[in-house]
Amino acid sequence: MSDNKNKAVQETLAKGAAKADAAYMSRRITIDPITRLEGHGKIDIFLNDAGDVDRAYFQVPELRGFEKFAEGRLAEDMPQITSRICGVCPTAHHMAGTKALDDLYKVEPTGPAKKIREMIYNVFMVEDHAIHFYFLGGPDFVVGPTAPAAERNILGVIGKVGVDTGKKVIAMRRRLREVITTVGGKIVHPVFGLPGGVARRIKPEEQKHFQEVAQEAVEFGKFTMKILEDVVLKNKEYVDLIVSDAFTHKTYYMGLMDENNHPNFYDGQIRVVTPEGKEYAKFPTQKYLDHIAEHVEPWSYVKFCYLKNVGWNGFKDGPDSGVFCVAPLARLNAADGMATPLANEMYQKYFDALGGKPVHHTLANHWARVIELVCAAEKFQQLANDPELTSDNIRRLPTETPKEGVGVVEAPRGTLIHHYKTDERGVITMANLIVATQNNSARTAMSVEKAAKGLISKGIVSDGILNEVEMAFRAYDPCHGCATHSLPGSMPLAVRIRDLEGNTTSTLRRDSDGSIHKE
Amino acid sequence: MTTNEKPKVGFYWCASCGGCEEAVVDLAEDILGVVGAVDIIFWPVALDFKTKDVEAMADGSILACFINGAVRNSEQEEMVHLLRRKSKLVIAFGACSHLGGIPGLANLWDKKSIFQLVFHDGPSTVNPQGTEPQPKLEDQGRHVTLPEFFDTVRALDQVIDVDYYMPGCAPTPKLTLQALQTLLSGNLPPKGTVLSPDVALCKECPRIDTKPEDLTITEFKRPHQVLIDEEKCLLAQGIPCMGPATRGGCEALCIKGNMPCSGCFGPPGRIRDYGGKILSALASIVGSKEDAEIVKIMDSIPDPIGTFYRYSLPVSMLRRKKMEVVASDKK
Repeated sequence: MSDNKNKAVQETLAKGAAKADAAYMSRRITIDPITRLEGHGKIDIFLNDAGDVDRAYFQVPELRGFEKFAEGRLAEDMPQITSRICGVCPTAHHMAGTKALDDLYKVEPTGPAKKIREMIYNVFMVEDHAIHFYFLGGPDFVVGPTAPAAERNILGVIGKVGVDTGKKVIAMRRRLREVITTVGGKIVHPVFGLPGGVARRIKPEEQKHFQEVAQEAVEFGKFTMKILEDVVLKNKEYVDLIVSDAFTHKTYYMGLMDENNHPNFYDGQIRVVTPEGKEYAKFPTQKYLDHIAEHVEPWSYVKFCYLKNVGWNGFKDGPDSGVFCVAPLARLNAADGMATPLANEMYQKYFDALGGKPVHHTLANHWARVIELVCAAEKFQQLANDPELTSDNIRRLPTETPKEGVGVVEAPRGTLIHHYKTDERGVITMANLIVATQNNSARTAMSVEKAAKGLISKGIVSDGILNEVEMAFRAYDPCHGCATHSLPGSMPLAVRIRDLEGNTTSTLRRDSDGSIHKE
Repeated sequence: MTTNEKPKVGFYWCASCGGCEEAVVDLAEDILGVVGAVDIIFWPVALDFKTKDVEAMADGSILACFINGAVRNSEQEEMVHLLRRKSKLVIAFGACSHLGGIPGLANLWDKKSIFQLVFHDGPSTVNPQGTEPQPKLEDQGRHVTLPEFFDTVRALDQVIDVDYYMPGCAPTPKLTLQALQTLLSGNLPPKGTVLSPDVALCKECPRIDTKPEDLTITEFKRPHQVLIDEEKCLLAQGIPCMGPATRGGCEALCIKGNMPCSGCFGPPGRIRDYGGKILSALASIVGSKEDAEIVKIMDSIPDPIGTFYRYSLPVSMLRRKKMEVVASDKK
């Protein structure tokens, strides 16, 4: 009798607890972590009573605090220390740091040194964009957005385009990285940047080799564009997805431009265009603090950049929101053309096909990225053929007392800003780092939420829908190592679907072979 | 387990930059051979997988797990304990895991001071509400979580038991391939071995012949202050080069780039305090016996921590700067 009574009490208590759980658990879908990006991220999706998306949080769960431990370091060590922000794009941080040293010591690098730096930087852009197209973002299109998960990876890409292509990509990547190793000492992490120049000369036989690799790189760029055209652009279903509303946001766009308003990955002024495509601002990189500010949210370690003079008005698009966009889509929108002939042809075709400037479709990033890959390969070839490349005149020694310097490059993932202050000995007293993925972080979070809202209804989630939500961030090629000056974590994936009581009704799990199971 | 089942190998990343992952991808064509010889059951950067898959495996069923990155937050701490349990061998892969690495320089500060700069005082940060990321957040009834950020960065063997160490920032593909082959051969080196030649870098430096027998230095020069001769020993040019106290194996890559060794491979032998070792090596070539002059010469290295302990502060005798309050530092 008393046993039964106890049981009844316990059952009542359990029911009460379940109700209390349900009150805050509501219905929640967790994607942790998201995959095929550099670094670690998590998406938490909360559903309302109807099972539609109420709110989606795109979270970055880490931080390392480079700005703080930069204090007390030697300025000339910064290009090497900050490259450890990201081992995927160390060359971008190394170069931004090196340029900040030029500005710190007010020393202009020699002509040949500038050419060596710019050549290596473009080699890096080719290699890094290729990695994204073939390994990270490309599988969604080359294999298909809702293709079986087991095939939605580099092996699936090889299956679709052939083993020879796979070998070609691996070999091209290795050869490009060998060029960076020759000049930079190490590929992960290079050491050649010094204020006023570079540490090491290029030998004539090395230049000859670079010219061969450059020719291959240009051919590789054309070949990659052909794959994009054949597999993606000729497929109406994919094109419809690219231009669909779920993947569209009308924001400001930013990029580093030369005097002709052509994107220049290594140097130039920062140009911003409005959501209508009109020039909003163009300013020297040293003025970045007048234009860019960072907003803090309690649910992510990443900060959210916005245009200071428009203001932070929440995660919204349109001309009244300071949210802006960087990286390939943004650079092409902010430009008036491309600096190299082949890429410029592709640029015109891209805007013709997508209805003119600006293109607001997030997934068009993939197309813009291949155009940039071709541009970087052409630039590499121009510089590899330059007679000054083997000059001995690779350094100008600094003579000024250091005080403050800013260095900006276009990283593959967007505008990257390094800003240092030092004492008179060149010891860092302040470092401020605004990285590419951070510039994109607000729009990326919005894209994930909009895709989730557009694709999930009545609590129904399939693997295909799930992957399409992930495609919303993947198009930006985000690097969360950079974004938080931190990296990583694990990449497993589990989606739990809970009912109103907070009970798990089903779980989608992705196994190590990439296959998806429903439990 | 059937006899023809391939050995299982895992790769995992903690607080690192992803460069160690790139170092594995840089095996390039050789990676096809690796994939043929082992079953990679865990590799976040390249393969989709699930922590649950690892949890479901029998303890000790992974032959070897290569873990890179330092331990900076609660999520990493939990993951490395799990991987230790599931693996026969754990290899601390790369400088961050081996010695704490560059992220370990954060041990000069703590969580509070890092948060203060990053989320409040940074020149581009606008945060009138004083918001900070929260490990547990309730936002309009929605519960959102983040891993706990620790005060102190730790190397891997300060958190779990480690069998072998692969040095370097990042390790070279050549050493990585050799290590894999050694482990697969079953002919295991003694526990605690650092999987790189136990010699000073100078021994494999292409400029060794230009290093004077009786080297003395009267002033240290910083790389941006001088035109560096591309043939001559860097120390002989007065540039602090960590070569004499640093383990070889990288084949002097930085020196081939005409820049000094910065010590990412750590010390040879069983020396724990690498910074102390290189400091004494350099002190021994200071060409003066006058206290005032010695101080002056050593002052030409304005950042001894960043110069001598750049990769190894967490495992050094210094370990971290003493802060007034280190509340969340549990260990």
